[in-house]
Amino acid sequence: MIQVILPELGEGIEKATVSFWYFKAGDTVKEKDNLVELTTDKAAFNLPSPSAGTIIEVFFNEGDSVNVGEVLALIDGSVR
Amino acid sequence: MSAPGGHSVGRSAKRENILAGPAALKSRGIAVYDVERGGDVTYHGPGQLLVYPVVNLAHVKKDIRFYLRALEEVGLALLAAFGVTGRRKEGASGVWFGDQKIASLGIAIKQWITYHGLAVNVKNDDLPNFSLIRPCGMDIMMTSLEAVLQREVSIIQVKQMLTEDFFRRRLAI
Repeated sequence: MIQVILPELGEGIEKATVSFWYFKAGDTVKEKDNLVELTTDKAAFNLPSPSAGTIIEVFFNEGDSVNVGEVLALIDGSVR
Repeated sequence: MSAPGGHSVGRSAKRENILAGPAALKSRGIAVYDVERGGDVTYHGPGQLLVYPVVNLAHVKKDIRFYLRALEEVGLALLAAFGVTGRRKEGASGVWFGDQKIASLGIAIKQWITYHGLAVNVKNDDLPNFSLIRPCGMDIMMTSLEAVLQREVSIIQVKQMLTEDFFRRRLAI
């Protein structure tokens, strides 16, 4: 199982807010597909998928705040 | 680039920050766009210079705040070149002259490559259109280079100065 983690975004940034998901649980994704758009400060950015596979679970909804290092979603890399 | 009149609504925006109704917007020929940058609502018009650098931060520094601060630096240096002392404001991105905002920030990043950026108010003509909104979701006054300097300023000149500065800073690679 592959964890999609909110990476370090730079000094002093501890969290970001989910704007929307490009996929939902059950969807198949390719490596580097954009999974989710987040915002922090005055920046919007996309988080690409670390692996190909099927999205098993998404832990945050649109508008939720996520801390750096937290798991946003789980991907099963064996199901493609 | 400089833009035709329009309000743009960033990802963190609240629609109630557009104060004017549809009729008032229409009578001034202003359209409203949802855009994929961070930040709240702002106005863009032809008297403004939009500085939208495409920078691969993976080659510079993977740090969103570093880049936001770098864009502010570029704005502050531009003002300084005109003999104007601008400033930053704690908790409010952008470039300020006193309590008035002269340049606004809103960026987007895909795989550490940036787009959108900085909007510098150069000409005076656009300023009345900011009163139709709460710029960046705040009750603030906007100003422009022309308003501060009390003279005409050429957008083309500002464009050239900003471009040269970007290359000097090695932000544009």
